[in-house]
Amino acid sequence: MTYQRDKDLGTPRSASDRTVTVTIDGRRINMPEGSSVMRAAAELGQSIPKLCATDMLGSFGSCRLCLVEIEGMRGTPASCTTPVADGMIVRTQTERLKRLRRGVMELYISDHPLDCLTCAANGDCELQDQAGAVGLRDVRYGIDGENHRKQEKDTSNPYFAFDPSKCIVCSRCVRACDEVQGTLALTIEGRGFDSKVSAGLRSDNFFTSECVSCGACVQACPTSTLQEKSVIEIGVPERAVITTCAYCGVGCTFRAEMRGEELVRMVPWKDGKANRGHSCVKGRFAWGYAHHQERVTKPMIRERINDPWTEVSWDEALTFAAGKLKAIRDTHGKDALGGITSSRCTNEETFLVQKLVRAGFGNNNVDTCARVCHSPTGYGLSVTFGTSAGTQDFDSVMHTDVILLIGANPTDAHPVFASRMKARIRQGARIIIIDPRRIDLVRSPHIRAAQHLALRPGTNVAVLTAMAHVIVTEGLADKDFIRERCDADEYQDWADFVSDPKRSPEATEALTQVPASELREAARLYATGGAGAIYYGLGVTEHSQGSSTVIAIANLAMATGNIGRPGVGVNPLRGQNNVQGACDMGSFPHELPGYRHISGTEVRQMFETAWNTKLDPEPGLRINNMLDAALDGSFRGIYIQGEDILQSDPNTAHVAAGLEAMDCVIVHDLFLNETANYAHVFLPGSSFLEKNGTFTNAERRIQMVRRVMTPLNGMEDWEVTQALANALGLGWNYSHPSEVMDEIARLTPTFSGVSYEKLDRAGSLQWPVNDAAPEGSPIMHVDGFVRGKGKFIVTEYVPTDEKTGPKFPLLLTTGRILSQYNVGAQTRRTRNVDWHQEDFLEMHPVDAEDRGLLDKDWVKLSSRMGATALRLKVTDRVAPGVVYTTFHHPDTQTNVVTTEYSDWATNCPEYKVTAVQVSATNGRSAWQDSYEAHAKAARRTIAAEPSE
Amino acid sequence: MSTLENLIRMANQIARNLETHGPEAAAAATADHIRKFWAPRMRAAVQDHIERECGRGLSEIALQAFRQIGLASGAAHDTPNA
Ligand code: SF4
Ligand code: SF4
Ligand code: SF4
Ligand code: FES
Repeated sequence: MTYQRDKDLGTPRSASDRTVTVTIDGRRINMPEGSSVMRAAAELGQSIPKLCATDMLGSFGSCRLCLVEIEGMRGTPASCTTPVADGMIVRTQTERLKRLRRGVMELYISDHPLDCLTCAANGDCELQDQAGAVGLRDVRYGIDGENHRKQEKDTSNPYFAFDPSKCIVCSRCVRACDEVQGTLALTIEGRGFDSKVSAGLRSDNFFTSECVSCGACVQACPTSTLQEKSVIEIGVPERAVITTCAYCGVGCTFRAEMRGEELVRMVPWKDGKANRGHSCVKGRFAWGYAHHQERVTKPMIRERINDPWTEVSWDEALTFAAGKLKAIRDTHGKDALGGITSSRCTNEETFLVQKLVRAGFGNNNVDTCARVCHSPTGYGLSVTFGTSAGTQDFDSVMHTDVILLIGANPTDAHPVFASRMKARIRQGARIIIIDPRRIDLVRSPHIRAAQHLALRPGTNVAVLTAMAHVIVTEGLADKDFIRERCDADEYQDWADFVSDPKRSPEATEALTQVPASELREAARLYATGGAGAIYYGLGVTEHSQGSSTVIAIANLAMATGNIGRPGVGVNPLRGQNNVQGACDMGSFPHELPGYRHISGTEVRQMFETAWNTKLDPEPGLRINNMLDAALDGSFRGIYIQGEDILQSDPNTAHVAAGLEAMDCVIVHDLFLNETANYAHVFLPGSSFLEKNGTFTNAERRIQMVRRVMTPLNGMEDWEVTQALANALGLGWNYSHPSEVMDEIARLTPTFSGVSYEKLDRAGSLQWPVNDAAPEGSPIMHVDGFVRGKGKFIVTEYVPTDEKTGPKFPLLLTTGRILSQYNVGAQTRRTRNVDWHQEDFLEMHPVDAEDRGLLDKDWVKLSSRMGATALRLKVTDRVAPGVVYTTFHHPDTQTNVVTTEYSDWATNCPEYKVTAVQVSATNGRSAWQDSYEAHAKAARRTIAAEPSE
Repeated sequence: MSTLENLIRMANQIARNLETHGPEAAAAATADHIRKFWAPRMRAAVQDHIERECGRGLSEIALQAFRQIGLASGAAHDTPNA
């Protein structure tokens, strides 16, 4: 089979709505004004030879291979830089053009190694293709003249190599880094014959440079100069399957390029509507974990958590698990059981886990990891707008004039979307950042934030209410929008509330530490600077007032009329790939799929009829309440799919004690994660490459996940849940996840128009997809809010109970970095660790000096909950009084320190504010040592007897 | 912190965040919130505490809220489906 590259039309699509007609080699075509002649020809199926052009980049016109003849025009213009004009007549193949192109090609080839047969790109090289296309048969200058063939390779990046001897200096890589990624890491150094691609300074290589390993340059390179190491090792792929990244909520789609069942590389899919052909280091390169040696592929059981694991057959494991669950139900009642769904799993898998709990266990004790990240988003947006979801698609940012970014660090956590944001800022949009830390978007190449409000952690509500104060009292509110779209009385109550002088920027400055004048400027800019869009992340939600902050955000958007059209809106940046989907699928204990409260008789009856069973009308327990109930003895068995609550949830000691108190903990995962140290049954999971299903990204976009290889454990995750349900006697018989989606569509109005067949056809769909919007809804609340009138709700600032004092004088806040993902279960098992081998504690130089601490010192980080140890990074990215760390390594045990405090409405943990002290230490904490010993003992395994 | 202490803290926190609406409305909103989001055993634990220890530790609004929940017999609140 010959490898087929994604089609390349040479230059980007023109957005113009005016069309012109051109004739190319005798054939006519209508094209949007501003399109290139090259693109017009390509759309006619006529590929003009090219080297420096690619449709992911603006045209450049340097290689002179794409020459054409145009009637009435002198010479032979380059087709990539010449726009089409009405009535234009173009010829792409004449004797003169052929001769000229061969001449150009000859020059390139005379300086290029002729080792095509052994080159990694053999069969996937544009230079090779173009030499063929122009009919090059001979190089008159010979190939022994002065050349670049002895240049040294740069293999410093773990995932791709740079072999300058093959470079044709087309600048595609440099332009990809500038235009697509926005990092500007590459330059062309020198001139003429001496010009060469360089990553940063002369002393830099790719690894030490500013490069963030997004892969855009590798994708853009027409030769094997920049080449994935996996292609060098395995060979050119032979087929491609479109699937969706399983890391973050951007939801990039990729071509999984395969040889047989072996994945060769993941290449971002140009038609992907979330990523538009771009990727980050995680989705593009960090998929090696799927075949990591630590993956568990056989089911395992044990009677007690101190016993070693015993590998058993699926049948034995499921019978053992079902037996334990039934015994608990018989002895302690149905309410002693529960389950946890995962935002890393597909919609279909999540739907089945909540169905197992509601219809099988007979209660509503189901919760999800979204509890610990975006549950306040669900609550806040549903009470104000009527839907628990963001209002826009990602494309919307390209129409935004003012970006208000709150508590999010997209260049690290949502990198592909950050690249879009940066592109828009380079076009002139302005950005206001509210964050205690100086994130990269405050200042980076070609980016300067208009305002950075470096607030004291925990004061979000006070800051946003002060912004509202400015907007209302300075007469900047959008009265027409409010009159038409919102409840007038509620608006008036809110306006009176925020106008109170005690909520002004000046009155709250001492509390928030944000200079009043800066806050006023920021509020004015958001209200009057044109289309204003709010983007926010976990720095908003993971607070004791997370829900109030989301409500305050919704209030601001409504007050300024920034809802219901492109360029505006309220946009939660979701952490994990399927946070939105997991919430949509009824993972919360109080609501059925589609965010409908379990107490609603009519909806409940619909599910009862479909599932042929009675459902409990009362809400179930949330994760933290399950753990409390376990310690009290009333909760004793849990099924946890794809989650590591021991590492990801706050107050590790409490989680450990809760798990330890249970009679049956079933962990269903790829690896023996930290939670599995407390489990009795381990059911091996399948990776996203091994299963079919759908994920829903942060813009409500439902996208296909496609199986490209056989599951190592023999079953896709939905099949495992079905097998467990059937071991409990539920008699499920789904034969494919598409049937689960059909059931979701039958039972959930916002999904009523979704099917696999339609997703295959459309590529992706943004819910609601129903009769009113059969092709989905890129933007919500266009003509009115889902709930009817938009609801303004007052948000009183209530300080957190977590207070600094003499014992714990610093505030700890947490976050993540680009190369790692959450608890790191996947990324730590890839070469991404080259960028981040351990978690550091960031501290301001003044605080470090006060304590006599130096960069890289081991320090003890303690709170009233516990202590852990890690190394110090002294930096002025954080303000004095604030320290910051990531939590990607289990060794760090950051959550030993975080508290039990949580959001008032949803119990989303307050990860972003913990009062701590930092002091010198010479090693790990007692908890770290004892935990390591326990983890080691808990992971002992006895292999299954080989079968006869 | 024991489970009960945690529940009391949660109830007080809800009440405190809804307080701006005035005591009566706040108690009703707190009751509604707890009915919608708390599992029966959590509500029962606090009701039991109110009976045995007059709700020591609960704020006035939270206490009022539980009185209202009690009057509604602790059964599920039948929410019209949006
Ligand atoms: S990998 Fe990305 S960041 Fe690095 S040089 Fe290439 S385009 Fe730039
Ligand atoms: S490295 Fe590749 S993309 Fe960059 S200039 Fe050389 S040939 Fe062109
Ligand atoms: S931005 Fe997110 S979805 Fe896209 S490749 Fe990176 S991790 Fe995957
Ligand atoms: S492709 Fe047009 S000049 Fe290079």
